[in-house]
Amino acid sequence: MAKIIVTDRNGNEKHILADENSTLMEIIRDAGLDIEAACGGCCACATCHVYVDLEWIDKLNKMDDDEESMLDQAFSVKKNSRLSCQINFTKKIDGIRLVLAPE
Amino acid sequence: MLEKTDVVIIGAGPVGLFAVFELGLLNISAQLVDNLDKPGGQCAELYPDKPIYDIPSRVTISGQELTDDLLKQVEPFNPVYHLNQQVESISKTENGEWLVETSIKKKIQAKCIVIAAGAGSFVPRKPPIEGIEKFENQNVFYSIRNKSIFQEKRVLILGGGDSALDWTNELSKIAIISLMHRRKEFRAAPDSVSTMLELEKQRKVNFILGQIKNIEETTNNSIRVSYENENKIHDIEVDFLLPFFGLKMELGPIARWGLNLNNNLIKVDTEKFETSEPSIFAIGDINTYPGKLKLILSGFHEAALMAQECFKYCYPDKKNVFRYTTSSKELHKKLKV
Repeated sequence: MAKIIVTDRNGNEKHILADENSTLMEIIRDAGLDIEAACGGCCACATCHVYVDLEWIDKLNKMDDDEESMLDQAFSVKKNSRLSCQINFTKKIDGIRLVLAPE
Repeated sequence: MLEKTDVVIIGAGPVGLFAVFELGLLNISAQLVDNLDKPGGQCAELYPDKPIYDIPSRVTISGQELTDDLLKQVEPFNPVYHLNQQVESISKTENGEWLVETSIKKKIQAKCIVIAAGAGSFVPRKPPIEGIEKFENQNVFYSIRNKSIFQEKRVLILGGGDSALDWTNELSKIAIISLMHRRKEFRAAPDSVSTMLELEKQRKVNFILGQIKNIEETTNNSIRVSYENENKIHDIEVDFLLPFFGLKMELGPIARWGLNLNNNLIKVDTEKFETSEPSIFAIGDINTYPGKLKLILSGFHEAALMAQECFKYCYPDKKNVFRYTTSSKELHKKLKV
């Protein structure tokens, strides 16, 4: 089965089985990792902030204005910052590597 | 001054508001406490313009419309709103009622407490900088009560939303203002953005591209703020720092009241939605029970059942006759229809 590889805030790498009908946030949250996702995935907070491995960033759907604006409420925003609720998992990104941003 | 009511509802989101309605039908009075400056909770604060599609009979409704309609629906029951404050502590009075005290020392006595606090209170999102607490309320402020303290001072504002831009524009009249944001685009109202850019042109606002990294004390009560831009660290010395990164939610004082919790959620039964403490109820996203779904409609259902049990605490000698709003003359009188 497809998977994503997530580094949590303690630096531990977790391989998580991923389902095509989910967003990256849902996959991370349902695996029990510490991601707040306060608004539940409607792009209304910035608490599912992740860094996408540079090798993968160009394979993702482009960020829209809504997401870019919400990132203004996050800290330590980098060029590879994304809100994981705005990325749908597809087979194209099977094996994608992410790092949870600091809280 | 001590206020008295039947029920104190903590949280004025959709579920707290609907609780006023269900209690009101049973002649139970209610007062609400909320840390925001307006009722509506997450619906009004996080997603006022976003559509909700799973409110029964409403094909689509925005967070703000839902709030406005609920406010209208509870109007006949004249609920009292205590806004801009958080419930700090609760204690038992001699006659077995609850005494609730808020962060601005408001005291309310009630027979029952209903916690409808969603994911917790909205509080300012603080930059994750070690030791920032020791500068708070001296150099660092997350909200502004008295702007005269900034007169002729060097002030650094952080953020790119409405609060950041509004205060940049306002304080530029009396203070030496720098505005720092991670990009030169802003999600604030277009008017405030153009005002700010005009002020920058006139050199009345100093715009800095960057993200805060650290704060250090300097001599004469100022602070040195270091920030990163394009992988380089810079710094700026200012008298005041005003971070505006929006709000986040946290459980707050509720965690200390001795209720049975599970992952910061309050355990309740599914008959009365009562907590481990008799006459304290928890409804909506803040509670947990087997099969719980965090949906507004579940919260509405929980409010109705909670009200049935509150009736027993508020009118121990009376029998509660179940009536429908469609047919009951008595309920029509209460609803002023």
